[in-house]
Amino acid sequence: MAESRVVLHFPKSLLDQPVTSMAIERFNLRFNILRADITADQEGLMVLGLVGEPEKIEGAIAWMREQGVRVQPLEQDVVRDDERCTDCGACIVVCPTAALAMDTDSREVSFNAEECVACGICVPVCPPRAMSITF
Amino acid sequence: MSPRAGASERVVTLPKSYDEINEKIRTGEVVVVTAEEMVGVVGELGPERAAKKVDVVTTGTFGPMCSSGAFLNIGHSTPRMKITNAWLNDVPACAGLAAVDLYIGATEPAAGDPLNREHPGEFSYGGAHVIEDLIAGKDIHLRADAYGTDCYPRRELDTWINLRDLNEAYMLNPRNAYQNYNVAVNQFADRDIYTYMGVVKRDLGSANYCSAGQLSPLLNDPYYRTVGIGTRIFLGGAQGYVYWQGTQHDPTTPRNERGVPTGGAGTLGTVGDLKEMDPRYIVGVSFYGYGVSLAVGLGTAIPVLDAEMARFTGVSDADITAPVIDYSRNYAHNEGEPLAHVSYAALKTGSIELEGKTVPTTPLSSYVRAREIAQTLKGWVQVGEFLLTEPVQPLPSADSGEGFKALNYRPVGEEECE
Ligand code: SF4
Ligand code: SF4
Repeated sequence: MAESRVVLHFPKSLLDQPVTSMAIERFNLRFNILRADITADQEGLMVLGLVGEPEKIEGAIAWMREQGVRVQPLEQDVVRDDERCTDCGACIVVCPTAALAMDTDSREVSFNAEECVACGICVPVCPPRAMSITF
Repeated sequence: MSPRAGASERVVTLPKSYDEINEKIRTGEVVVVTAEEMVGVVGELGPERAAKKVDVVTTGTFGPMCSSGAFLNIGHSTPRMKITNAWLNDVPACAGLAAVDLYIGATEPAAGDPLNREHPGEFSYGGAHVIEDLIAGKDIHLRADAYGTDCYPRRELDTWINLRDLNEAYMLNPRNAYQNYNVAVNQFADRDIYTYMGVVKRDLGSANYCSAGQLSPLLNDPYYRTVGIGTRIFLGGAQGYVYWQGTQHDPTTPRNERGVPTGGAGTLGTVGDLKEMDPRYIVGVSFYGYGVSLAVGLGTAIPVLDAEMARFTGVSDADITAPVIDYSRNYAHNEGEPLAHVSYAALKTGSIELEGKTVPTTPLSSYVRAREIAQTLKGWVQVGEFLLTEPVQPLPSADSGEGFKALNYRPVGEEECE
């Protein structure tokens, strides 16, 4: 058994299709939904932990790609350049987890890498470009 | 008893004059607090006693201020050149001035930037970044061409320039320090929208605001009693000045019972020496799907001349409200009414209630850095490095009758003879 974390981006046309549950069923996997959100331009975003035989996981990913889902393996890491961050707060409503959050008293914006699912949404949204993706 | 003698005996008579306060700054007796700290002082002592106790209140703001830019005189080359077109790190600069004077506008995108052709565009580099890089001491690639004249024969230039080698290099911002601002929401679009107020989420999914509220310069002096032409300010880490009212200065905006405008109102035109600035307070920023802007750190030191100024500077986030405006349709088309007016105190809790929905709030202006600016300025006043200036000329205020006009659209080809 292995767990692979993937970010699934669903185009608008697939939003009402049960692609994920079909993939899970077909390839006999278990899964954890780490995050689900509708994002920019009505793209669906889901961060999934897929649990099962490694070949089955591969198969499920390939099948979902065929259906038109963009599958991004979570091997990447998102980091913040703390010197560059101005604590402006522009990122906090776009972050689908609470990895970027503002302390209501100090008004500082913290980045909690543990909560970050590396979806990358904050990268172009951060005005001084303090967030970046590393591979 | 003369006011001067009174001050030295710490018996303060009101009103205080600029001279008296500056004398206290010189002797180190001055009492300075930040606008955030002043909320508590006025709350505890009341305006009259607060005015006797506190001499100066410092403010700060750090947010995107699009109407910014810098004049650069690059010096004459040999042979001389009257520049027609110029690019700084590939960002077009305005050269429609004397031979080697350039103006780099903060929001100018780099030549060849894909802009919004693939929406939302990233706008990674532009005039604001050039300004930040100059201040940071980085070399900048200058490319220029010219048509050539008898006195200025050179046609092309390709060189590195550096801030330290320039003649004058000063920031000139036609509109900074907006007194209050809108809160942006997205009520009608079926997708997130990309604006100068950041990404505004669909279905009232976010409320984006942009003001330092109780720390903001003009919210602490709502009628511009102590800020006008010639006022010394903190600008980008240096000491700068107010040179005029800012563009779109709108002092006749409705005000609440404290005199605080209930929407965008006054603005400042500001100027300061790039060579003395700090890149911590002048940061090039990119708004996804919108464009480039410059985050500017600005602060004022307000003399607490009398009880009225104490009351003004004691303003708190609960006393300041901002209009909630739909940016998916109403803002663009100048229609509709604000959905609500909400206080900065409410915005700062992290969510507000709108149309029966809990809407998360997101600021664009850094309160942390605004506070840092107010503290820095407080330190400068305390050690005598920053003296106060009485305005040479006041800015138009609420009684001026001056408002903010929309464009008088007169379609070309449909002229009516007058
Ligand atoms: S948007 Fe960027 S600069 Fe602003 S708080 Fe978030 S990480 Fe920091
Ligand atoms: S990549 Fe950015 S937006 Fe995505 S979870 Fe991490 S911090 Fe949040």
